[in-house]
Amino acid sequence: MANRDFTKQKRGLVAIDGAMALVVVLLVIQIWLLSAALEGFLAGHRGVALPAAIFSGLLFACCLGLNAFVDRVDRHSRRD
Amino acid sequence: MSLLRSPSSEPLWKDEFSVFTADERYVTRRQFVKFLSLASLGMFVGNLWILARAYFAKTPAYPANAVAEVGEIPVKGVKLFSYPTPDDRCILVRTSEDEYVAYSQKCTHLSCAVYYSAKNDRLECPCHRGFFSIKDGSVLQGPPPRPLPRIVLQATGGKLVATGVQVSENG
Repeated sequence: MANRDFTKQKRGLVAIDGAMALVVVLLVIQIWLLSAALEGFLAGHRGVALPAAIFSGLLFACCLGLNAFVDRVDRHSRRD
Repeated sequence: MSLLRSPSSEPLWKDEFSVFTADERYVTRRQFVKFLSLASLGMFVGNLWILARAYFAKTPAYPANAVAEVGEIPVKGVKLFSYPTPDDRCILVRTSEDEYVAYSQKCTHLSCAVYYSAKNDRLECPCHRGFFSIKDGSVLQGPPPRPLPRIVLQATGGKLVATGVQVSENG
C-alpha cells in the first residue's frame, strides 16, 4: 500500500514538473512578446500591439490552465 | 483567489506548511507554478498597457517652428534646439554649403544625447558607442535598435523651419 502511494506521489511530481517546465516556456515566450511589442511600438508600428496582446492573453490563459492542472494533480496525489 | 486555490477540506496553513517532506516537495512546486502564473499575468498586463498606449495615445502635433537662420551656423557646425516640445532636444547640422539635416538628439538605445562628430561625419552616442549616419540617421554601429527620428526642415524666408518628425521604420 505504501509502495503504491509512493508511486502515485512520484507520478504526480513528474506531471507537476512537466507542467512547470511548460509554464516556464510560455513565460519566456510572453517575455519575448512583450519586448517585441514594446520595440515595435517605440518604432512606430502600432499594429503590432493588438496581436501581441491577444497572443499574450492566450498564453496567460494556458498558464492559468496549467496552474489549475497542477493544483488538481496535487490534490489527487497528495490529499486523496 | 479561488482561481489560484481549489477548495480543499484542509485549512490553508495545513496545505501550505506540511510537516511531511514528501508533501513539502508538492507545496514548493505548486507555489512556484503560482508565482510563474502571476508573472505571466504581469506580462499580459504589460502587453495591454502597450495596446492602450498604441490606440489611445493622442497623436503629437507638429507645429511649424523656426529653428535657425539660413547661414547662421558654419559648414560642419551644429545648433541644438527643441522640437516639437521643449523636452524634445534636437540637433541641427549643416553638412554642406546649402544642406542642413536635423535629428532628435535622443539615442534610440537608452536615450543618451547624441553629438555630431565632424571628424567622422556621423552622429555618435557617447554612452555605448552607437553611431548614426548623418545622411539619414540610420544606425552604423552599436546597440541602438532604430534610426534617429529625423526632423523635417523647410527653408522659408531665410529661416529653417521644422515642420514634422519622420520616424524611420527600418532598424
